[in-house]
Parts: sequence; structure tokens; C-alpha cells
Amino acid sequence: MIIDLKQFIEKEKACWEELEAVLDQLEKEHTASMSLDEVRKFHYLYERVSADLARISSFSSERGIQKYLESLVARAYGEIHETREKPHQFRPVAWFFVTFPQTFRKHIRAFYLSTAITLAGCIIGGMALGLDASSREILMPFDHLIMNPKHRVAEEEKVTKDHLKGVKVRGAAWYMANNTQVALVTMAMGATWGIGTIIMLFSTGIMLGSVAVDYMLAGQTKFLCGWLLPHGSIEIPAILLAGQAGFMLAGALIGWRQRIPLKMRLRTISGDLVTLIFGVALMLVWAGFIEAFLSQYHEPTIPYSFKIAFGCIQLIILTFFLSRSGKNEALRANVSGIASRATPEARSFLAKSGVAPTLEEVGAKTDEAEPTGENVEQ
Amino acid sequence: MTTTQNQYSSRQPYSGPGKQKNLTIRTPEGIAFSLAIASPITRFVALVIDKICIYVASSVIGLAIQLIGLISADMAGAFWIVASFILSTGYPIAFEWYWRGQTIGKRIMRIRVMDEQGLRLNFSQVVVRNILRFVDMLPGLYLLGGLFAFFSMRGQRIGDIAANTIVIQHAEISEPDLAQINPGKFNSFKELPHLVGRLRQNISPAEAGIALQALLRRDTLDADARLKLFAEIRAHMEKVARFPPETIQGTSDEQYVRNVVDILFS
Repeated sequence: MIIDLKQFIEKEKACWEELEAVLDQLEKEHTASMSLDEVRKFHYLYERVSADLARISSFSSERGIQKYLESLVARAYGEIHETREKPHQFRPVAWFFVTFPQTFRKHIRAFYLSTAITLAGCIIGGMALGLDASSREILMPFDHLIMNPKHRVAEEEKVTKDHLKGVKVRGAAWYMANNTQVALVTMAMGATWGIGTIIMLFSTGIMLGSVAVDYMLAGQTKFLCGWLLPHGSIEIPAILLAGQAGFMLAGALIGWRQRIPLKMRLRTISGDLVTLIFGVALMLVWAGFIEAFLSQYHEPTIPYSFKIAFGCIQLIILTFFLSRSGKNEALRANVSGIASRATPEARSFLAKSGVAPTLEEVGAKTDEAEPTGENVEQ
Repeated sequence: MTTTQNQYSSRQPYSGPGKQKNLTIRTPEGIAFSLAIASPITRFVALVIDKICIYVASSVIGLAIQLIGLISADMAGAFWIVASFILSTGYPIAFEWYWRGQTIGKRIMRIRVMDEQGLRLNFSQVVVRNILRFVDMLPGLYLLGGLFAFFSMRGQRIGDIAANTIVIQHAEISEPDLAQINPGKFNSFKELPHLVGRLRQNISPAEAGIALQALLRRDTLDADARLKLFAEIRAHMEKVARFPPETIQGTSDEQYVRNVVDILFS
């Protein structure tokens, strides 16, 4: 059967144009939501245009109309079939205090691997410098690091004025941009099945280890701690987290002991990767400020004890934040899940014992549920 | 369950080793639609346009920062470093998210990033595919990403593979000018309803489609090729339904095909 093209176009064109207008609107205002009637209308138009496409594909070789309808159906299909678990508005505070630390803990083994490789680099770098002092220039590729630690400390401690006046903000911006770029590359290198990430972390470790041993052998441990701890207590963990993200990506690509297909594995971790990337970026922004405004000032301007204490407190807070923050929410969400499936008697027992919320609270909590893992998108 | 499959089209040039030209998606409603995969060359041109845009934006921001420099050189320097970093890293992320898979370059080249299963592009997909540019750029000039895009089945660079995205080409869509088939002319074939009925019954949609396409594309054909093509189509049509000689006397091959298409498609 050959369809009457003229009549077909005349009859259906209004629907096509209406669907196109709805799609244009949706693409323009992608945070806007539709009313139930609008959703019904949209679905009706999608089904009708799909039927037109099926009809024209079967009964006509008119490629122009077919392509047009295919593009409409493709766009509508993309709008109707979401990949997100639940649409929501991005909540930065909840994301920072709940999603980010939860994501970190979810992939803790990748973090351990990242830490182990960096530590291995530190040990080898430290040993190499301890055994062969002439290797300094290879192990420490920065001019200010090659300088003899004793001389450097003496020079730094001579300074009594604000020697960084007029360049501090620029310095902070440079540290932020440069360190974030390094972190992004470390994470992206996970795409080389983790080999690039290993190289990046190991080389960072070698540099850190050799610098640390160099200053310790020169008897400048206090200066070293006062110099590195304020910003390093955030910056180094941030790089380790970037390595963690790189290994997550590598793990998904390799798929060791995983029976799900590659595409699914990558889809599963992509949200967590983004969470870690943004978390790392935030940490490095903070570290950039500290490095420019605190780390570069030494005694007598700022006492080492203050800088060391600041760094230690910061590290404790970070450890506590990453290991504890959002834990109650995760537990509560799990209990809510169990409670919502429990019998009324069991539910009332859980509510009375204070372990679980009441069903009403569960409902309210579900409505307010914060994004987890992959839900970083708006 | 959505399924995707390969579909070759003989009309489109083969653009790479083992490469798919179209990605066909079958929806749960049983409807199939295909998306034309963008060629690496088109994508490269879009990338160059985007780089130019970033350069222009940097220059404009640079001018603004010079004004800040009058107040504080330190602040101006900081703004410049942060703005350069955000522009280079954030430009594709921001545009692809806000414009649903398009940057300025992609929009000009009529290409778009899409989820590999035709689904709505996710923010995490946009971020992952753009962060992995750092790997695609290795060792320089997007060599690694370019090689992956050229050799992978769906023209995907490493970032696309990791983010489950593809880059598709939007076809130029124009409604066919059906009026040119037989614009208001007398059609002698319509006076013979029994032959019209036989023609409609015996001709397949594919045969009718060939005749229609020949008419719609007549202006793109050489004069000789056009004469030959319409003669062949007429010869074929005459085997399906033979009209009396007095009806077709003095009718050119092209007019004959016009009359047939007019009957079939109206």
C-alpha cells in the first residue's frame, strides 16, 4: 500500500509542529516541569508521531519526511526516557556534606590503592635521595626545591616583611588552577587502564618523599612540617582522591570480577566520578588559598607551631569529614527502606524503639531524600 | 528494552575502517529511528571553531581584566588565571550541558553529543567526556582521541567511550516539494480508473519511491542521465500497467513518470 503523501502531510503536519514546539521549549528550559495534562499531551504527540514514522517508513521511500520524523521521535524519546534515577534540583550543601563523603567511602578500596602507590613512591624517592644525594636534581624538578634546605630556611627566616604583598591572590589562583589541572589529569589517566594514574601518583610520591628526606637529613623537619602541613594536609589527600577517581575509571574499564557489560560499568561509576572531581576541585581551591596566604610565611612572621597545629587540625577535620559525614543519612535511608517494607507491627516496634522513623516520617524523608552517587546533575 | 543496531546506507560515503554510518535505535514502542554518526573531520572543524571562540572570549575577558588591573594588579592576575582555566575546561562542559550536547562549534557544524542509547544526556556524561579530553589530547593535537574516533565503530574518542556518548550529525531537514510532481496539470491517466487501480495494486512502495525520488531530484541530475533514468523508469512502469497508446501519445518519459507518481501519491 502506498500512502497519499499530500493528504498524509496535510493531516499530520500540525502534530509534528506541535511536538517540535514542545521539544524546543523543553530544550530551552530544561529545569522547567510539566503539568500532568502537558505530560499527557506530550506523550500523545510522541506516540502519534512515532506511528507516523512507522507508517512512512513502511509505505513510502520519502526520505526527507522520514528523517524529519526520525529526528522528532529521537528527541522526544530522549526526553521521555530518562537516565537519571530521580529528577531533582542540585543541593550544594547536601551534596558536599552527604554525597561527597559517601561517594568517597563507597570506593574506599580505590583510595587505599591510590595511597599505597603514592606511599611507595615516597619511600622509593626518600631512599633514592638518602642513598644518592646527587639524584636531587632528577627527583626534585623545581628550582626552589633544589636549593640546599639549610640555605633556604636561613633565607626564608630572614624575611620579616610581607614579601608576597601584591602577588598573594595571583599565587592562590595559580596554585588552584595548576593543582586542579594535575588532579584532573590524574583522574583522566584512569582511561589508560590506570597506568597513567599509577605513573602520576608514583611520581608525585617520589617528589614528596625525596623533599621530605632532604629536609629531614638537613635537620629542617620543623620547617618542612610548618611549610607543607597547612596546605599539604588538604592538597595531598585531594590528589589521592583524584587517583581514587582514576582507579575507579580504570576498574570499570578492566571490569575485573564484574559480570556486567563495559557500558553499564562505566554508566554506574560516571556520577561518582563527577562527585569526586568536584570534591577534589573544592579541596584544591581551599588548599590554594592556604598555600598562598599561610604556607609561604615562616618564622618569625608566623610561628611554626601555629602552622603545624593548623595543618594537623585541618587533617583531623578532613579525616573526620570523609569518614563520618553523611553516615547517619545513609543509615537512616537504609532503615527507612527496611521500615517501609516491614509489617505494620514491625514498623511500630522500630518507631517506638527510635531505630526507625514512622511511616509518615519515611514518606516525608523520601520526598526530601538527598542525591547520592551519580546524582550530581541538576 | 531499547536496542541499538548497525545500519549501512549506500547513499552515504564510507568514512572510516569498520565504521558505522548510522546508529539505529529501536524504542520500547517498537519504533526504529536512526541517527547519523558525525565524521571525525566534522568534529575536528567544530573543535577548531570552539578553540577560536575560547580565544575570542579570552581576549574580551583580557580587556576587562586590564580594567581591574588599574585597581589591583594582583587581583587582575588572579582573575586572568582563573578565567583562563575555567574557559578552557568549563566551556565545553557548560555549553554541552546548557545546549543539550552542543557547543558553538557543534551548533555551526550541525552536530550534537548524545547518549549512546538515544537517551537524554546526563550531566555526569558531559563532565566525564570533557575531562577525558586530557587523555584524548595525548601526545598532542588530539592524536590519541582522533585515532580512536577514526577507528572505533561509532566514531567515539576515549571520552565518548567512557561517558557512553556519541556525536551525531543533524541532517538538513526540508519538506519535499510535492507540488512539483504534477503542478495542476491535466493527467490523462486518471480517465482510466481500471488501469489506475491495476497500477496501484501491482506497484510496490519501493518502486513508487524510486519514481518519486527521481522527480524530486530531477534538478540535480545531468540532462543525459535524467533522460536515461526516466526512460528506464517508464519502461519498468509499462510492464506493470500498459496504458492505451492514444493516452500516452506525445508524452515524454518524464511526464509519464509524473502522471504515474501523481496517481500513486494522491
